[in-house]
Amino acid sequence: METAPAPGKDVPPKKDKLQAKRKKPRRYWEEESTPTATGASPGPPAKKRNQEFRPQRPKNSGVSKKSRISKTPQVPRKARDQKKPQRSLSGAQDPFPGPAPAPVEEAQKFRRIDKSKKIPHSKTKTRSKLEVAEAEEEEASVRAARSELLLVEEPGFLEGEDGEDTAKILQTDIVEAVDIASAAKHFNLNLRQFGPYRLNYSQTGRHLAFGGRRGHVAALDWVTKKLTCEINVMEAVRDIQFLHSETLFAVAQNRWLYIYDNQGIELHCIRRCDRVTRLEFLPFHFLLATASETGFLTYLDVSVGKIVAALNARAGRLSVMAQNPYNAVIHLGHSNGTVSLWSPAVKEPLAKILCHRGAVRAVAVDSTGTYMATSGLDHQLKIFDLRGTFQPLSARTLPQGAGHVAFSQRGLLVAGMGDVVNIWAGQGKASPPSLEQPYLTHRLSGHVHDLQFCSFEDVLGVGHSGGITSMLVPGAAEPNFDGLENNPYRSRKQRQEWEVKALLEKVPAELICLDPRALAEVDVISLEQAKKERIERLGYDPDAKAPFQPKLKQKGRSSTASLVKRKKKVMDKEHRDKVRQSLEQQQKQQQKQEKAKPTGARPSALDRFVR
Amino acid sequence: MCEKQATAMNVTQAAEGLLALSQQEELVDLPSNHPLSASEDEEDGDGERKHQKLLETISSLNGTNRWKLTERSEASLKVSEFNVTSKGSGEKLAISDLLGPAKASSSLDTVKKQLNRVKSKKTLELPLNKEEAERIHREVAFNKTSQILSKWDPIVLNNRQAEQLVFPMEKEPPAYVPIEHAFHGWKATTPLEQEVFNLLNKNKQPVTDPLLTPMEKASLKAMSLEEAKMRRAELQRARALQSYYEARARREKKIKSKKYHKIVKKGKAKKALKDFEQLQKVDPNAALEELEKFEKARMMERMSLKHQNSGKWAKSKAIMAKYDLEARQAMQEQLAKNKELTQKLQVISESEGEEGEAEEDEPLVPDTVNEVQMNGGGTNPWMFRKCNGDAKEGEIQADPEDPEQLPEPVAHEFSESEEDERPVEEEEVLLQEFEEKRSFRKRSELNHNAKPVDSQETKDSNCQEVLSELRVLSQKLSKKNHQSQKQKVNSVVATLQVQREEPAPEEEESLLLQKPERVQTMEELEQLGKEEYSENKDLTRPVLEREQIERTPRNQLDAPKEKRKKEQMIDLQNLLTTKSPSVKSLAVPTAIEELEDEVDRDQKQMIKEAFAGDDVIREFLKEKREAVKANKPRDVDLTLPGWGEWGGVGLKPSAKKRRRFLIKAREGPPRKDKNLPNVIINEKRNIHAAAHQVRVLPYPFTHHQQFERTIQNPIGSTWNTQRAVQKLTTPKVITKPGHIIKPIKAEDVGYCSSKSDLSVIQNNGKQLSRHQQKKLKKNSD
Repeated sequence: METAPAPGKDVPPKKDKLQAKRKKPRRYWEEESTPTATGASPGPPAKKRNQEFRPQRPKNSGVSKKSRISKTPQVPRKARDQKKPQRSLSGAQDPFPGPAPAPVEEAQKFRRIDKSKKIPHSKTKTRSKLEVAEAEEEEASVRAARSELLLVEEPGFLEGEDGEDTAKILQTDIVEAVDIASAAKHFNLNLRQFGPYRLNYSQTGRHLAFGGRRGHVAALDWVTKKLTCEINVMEAVRDIQFLHSETLFAVAQNRWLYIYDNQGIELHCIRRCDRVTRLEFLPFHFLLATASETGFLTYLDVSVGKIVAALNARAGRLSVMAQNPYNAVIHLGHSNGTVSLWSPAVKEPLAKILCHRGAVRAVAVDSTGTYMATSGLDHQLKIFDLRGTFQPLSARTLPQGAGHVAFSQRGLLVAGMGDVVNIWAGQGKASPPSLEQPYLTHRLSGHVHDLQFCSFEDVLGVGHSGGITSMLVPGAAEPNFDGLENNPYRSRKQRQEWEVKALLEKVPAELICLDPRALAEVDVISLEQAKKERIERLGYDPDAKAPFQPKLKQKGRSSTASLVKRKKKVMDKEHRDKVRQSLEQQQKQQQKQEKAKPTGARPSALDRFVR
Repeated sequence: MCEKQATAMNVTQAAEGLLALSQQEELVDLPSNHPLSASEDEEDGDGERKHQKLLETISSLNGTNRWKLTERSEASLKVSEFNVTSKGSGEKLAISDLLGPAKASSSLDTVKKQLNRVKSKKTLELPLNKEEAERIHREVAFNKTSQILSKWDPIVLNNRQAEQLVFPMEKEPPAYVPIEHAFHGWKATTPLEQEVFNLLNKNKQPVTDPLLTPMEKASLKAMSLEEAKMRRAELQRARALQSYYEARARREKKIKSKKYHKIVKKGKAKKALKDFEQLQKVDPNAALEELEKFEKARMMERMSLKHQNSGKWAKSKAIMAKYDLEARQAMQEQLAKNKELTQKLQVISESEGEEGEAEEDEPLVPDTVNEVQMNGGGTNPWMFRKCNGDAKEGEIQADPEDPEQLPEPVAHEFSESEEDERPVEEEEVLLQEFEEKRSFRKRSELNHNAKPVDSQETKDSNCQEVLSELRVLSQKLSKKNHQSQKQKVNSVVATLQVQREEPAPEEEESLLLQKPERVQTMEELEQLGKEEYSENKDLTRPVLEREQIERTPRNQLDAPKEKRKKEQMIDLQNLLTTKSPSVKSLAVPTAIEELEDEVDRDQKQMIKEAFAGDDVIREFLKEKREAVKANKPRDVDLTLPGWGEWGGVGLKPSAKKRRRFLIKAREGPPRKDKNLPNVIINEKRNIHAAAHQVRVLPYPFTHHQQFERTIQNPIGSTWNTQRAVQKLTTPKVITKPGHIIKPIKAEDVGYCSSKSDLSVIQNNGKQLSRHQQKKLKKNSD
């Protein structure tokens, strides 16, 4: 991309944008007078530090967006100009004739059918169906690739001068470099009174809820700093978690799990979830997963208020939990160094991975469900590959083991050690974070108690003993949001609309499994097994014959004895039938055997001793 | 035949170069070469004899001696030698045979004629069997219809393969929209258009084609006004007349005077007569018709009993004339009955009555019926019930753990709680008005109090566990030191090898011999630790050492199989113990700086962690082995102790027998975590998810991989763009509401009408599907 400057060349995109602002916006129907020189022109002489913090979305994107669009497809347009599009009567000319271009590589990303996999030879009828399916898939992928054009925002980044370590860049420097709106996203809340804080951002990344160990619970719109509620629950708060929207949040208090609304009114006290230590919310299943001191992992369906499953992990106190956003599997860390993977449909862990020699202190899974980061008592931080093999990809020993780890939307890894947070970044988007060099470090005023990256904002929220810190981490979040899915700017009405739609599309809890694509496979099992499984699933046999119930008769014929007699009679009859049938079968088999037996040499008397 | 063969043989033999002279000899030789069968010989002899006989008989036919022939009247084997018999000939007697000799004699002319006539007439063949005839008919009909129907094959195929079908098929002619409507919302945009429109507007010309100018319209309107006025006047008059006549009729009807009516009637009759006479004069035919009408009316009147005082009512009236009172009662009764009858006829009221009855009968009728009936009413009992049920369930779910809070009669609870809490309550006597609330609060407090005890217990047990662990650990530590000293003495490699080979079988044995015994005392626990320790020796050793040892060439000499087996273990060790490079962070956490002061404490922790790690690995391996074992298909042992041999206490069936009756289970597919030492993957099927999977292949697919490919692509809006979703989810068939879908006709698809079916057949004869052709063939065969 032209906006991503090479390390040697200095083309600050910021300047680029300023230029675009100064220039009169060029409309597509105007003749292309001068080639946009911004990309080629050498930038101003070197600034000391070349930092770019992603401009915060749509507010100022009106102009810059246009300029970007006009710049991007340069080469193909030339080719198109040569074609000489048809001129209309008015003399106006369609500068973009034909369908919008769809880059092939982009489309490849959306391909779902693996054509390299061979399938058995098929008849013509089948083949035509397959062809139709493939054509559909291709068209859908091309359309998706074409719509990528609408994702105009680019992720932010932080780059040092030659040989400069980005980890040395302080938050204050970043705040100085970025625009005011972004700078306002860095803030500290000094709340020393109520102990270490746990925090949670809502799905849209707009709201923040935090709870102090000593009972202080508050929720606020952290962008505008508008407080929605602030209460003291007068009980120790172990964890806090927003439910599907910002109107509800769950608080794991000393004894039970409570649910509050955005005004701080206690809506529910869930006593079946007691002594909860960690909370996770699975947004597509509307499940609130709670890990408790008693060793139970409980799934609560918040849409109907039912406990879907309560699984005993048989591993003592549970205090480390993370969810895999790709397949909604819950990862639990245990004191014996293992991480177990759970689904509400299965009573046992789907998988168990031995990660550390000591107890596991923290677990995190990245947004694509590919990598898992764990830190243990053995002071190690490891990154595991979750694609089938569960093997460690890289490991580092940290001076003091990390107590908390978290992944950002774009795969940045943060670890909190004592009062320091380290952030590591990967090479690309799909690569695991390389633990060689930290991307950023920051020292806080207290010991870290919770870490979470805000979605759609380059912000890392840190809850510590001294309050809350909101850090700026360029390039952490996904720059483009799906307005129909997680819209940070949504109004109340839109939220309600979304809520209804999300509830309609709720995924059943039993569909959670390690490989969600396996659901699109044909289940090749025998009929017998299917029947057995059905009985197991339902808990009874729906096809079973009902036991004989004698009819009520009058005139004393319905006495207990006669009832028993009648029952016995029917039972005996059934038994006789069964015996008769089996006898007949035996006879038939014998006959068959006799027929099949070759009449060879005469049997000798000594044959009986042969074995 | 023989001769032919012989000649053929000859030719071949000549070709071979035999002499021509030898032909004769060969002919002589032939019988020897090709011995004629005896039957052939006999046939020859027979033929001669027959010929002789025939000659004789024919000679005997003409001439005088034919009269001598005796006639045979009975069936007998013995036949005179002159008689004609077909014996031995086996040939049919043809007419020509008879005619031949008959030619000469003239006396046989008539016979000859007759015979000739017979000969000229062809014999009719026997009619076919009924079944066969029908079968042929059916075949022909089938062929014909199948050929006719085959013209639809391509159309059906097209429709089946079509992405979307829209019914009704024929396109509706687009509704005619007058041009002025079409241009209603249109506005001139380009300057040229605007100019043109300005011009038109200035001249008040119609903008669109067929419209009138405003002037014309105005004039038209003026014309219509006059007309409208006239029409209105007419209407007014008609209305006035109507009302006048109506009023008059009403007035006349109101007149009660019989005389008046009589006069009116007479007048009417007279008038009718007059009219009739006039009509007779003017139009006799019409008058005749009128007369007929009168006649018919009279006849009808006579035929019916309508007005002949024969009805019930009339009779009752007659009775009434005799006995007034009773008659009246009877009449009333009848009226009541009449009412009843009429009521019964009313359908709605009847059903209501029945409903009432049904409701009374409720106990007899099953509950569901009643509920359905109630459902018919405005309120929905189902909904109510469900809501209630849900609420109750919710309550139950909310607090199933503490049964005290289950919904019970409040007063009862209240008293109980009071009794329980009297000592506590004395302090708070003043707050009597909030007793209820307080009691609730108390109960919750009690719960609080009750639970901590439990937790304390659990904590105690936890503490004990921790303690025991610690003790074991410390023991291990001491032993470790011991061992390390020993190790120096022992040759390292030897022990290693021994230990390496040992652990697996040992542990397996231990698994096999495991008994559900509880370790209860601390001593036992300690012992357990000791026992385990012996197994654990090698694992506790620092891994670096081991790695070094491994590098020695000695290890490489080990059998590859063993090595592979061990590699897993080593791998696991490596996995967890490899020194990963430590991070040099710019900002070292402050806490660690504090920690650095206490060096020995750190070391202790390190050691502890190291041991913990070893324990962790061993436990994990054990767990994995158990999981593997549990998942393995089990062998079935069918040995019956004491069967066919001596039985009793302490006697075990022989190994041979056991081997014989052991049904070995088949090896399942390899485990997914077979080569992953640090992972246990659960092999159990997720039956709840499997319930949502496709289990049966749909029609055209023959292999599940084919079908899987077609469902790989998601169709939801979460994964696709809006347009793509619309396209992916288009319905296969669209029917327009309110339209009649008629069956497809030949004309719709380009064929001519049914008359030309034949032509189609001829064309399509070749295009018959293979299947049909096969069928046709079968039928023709």
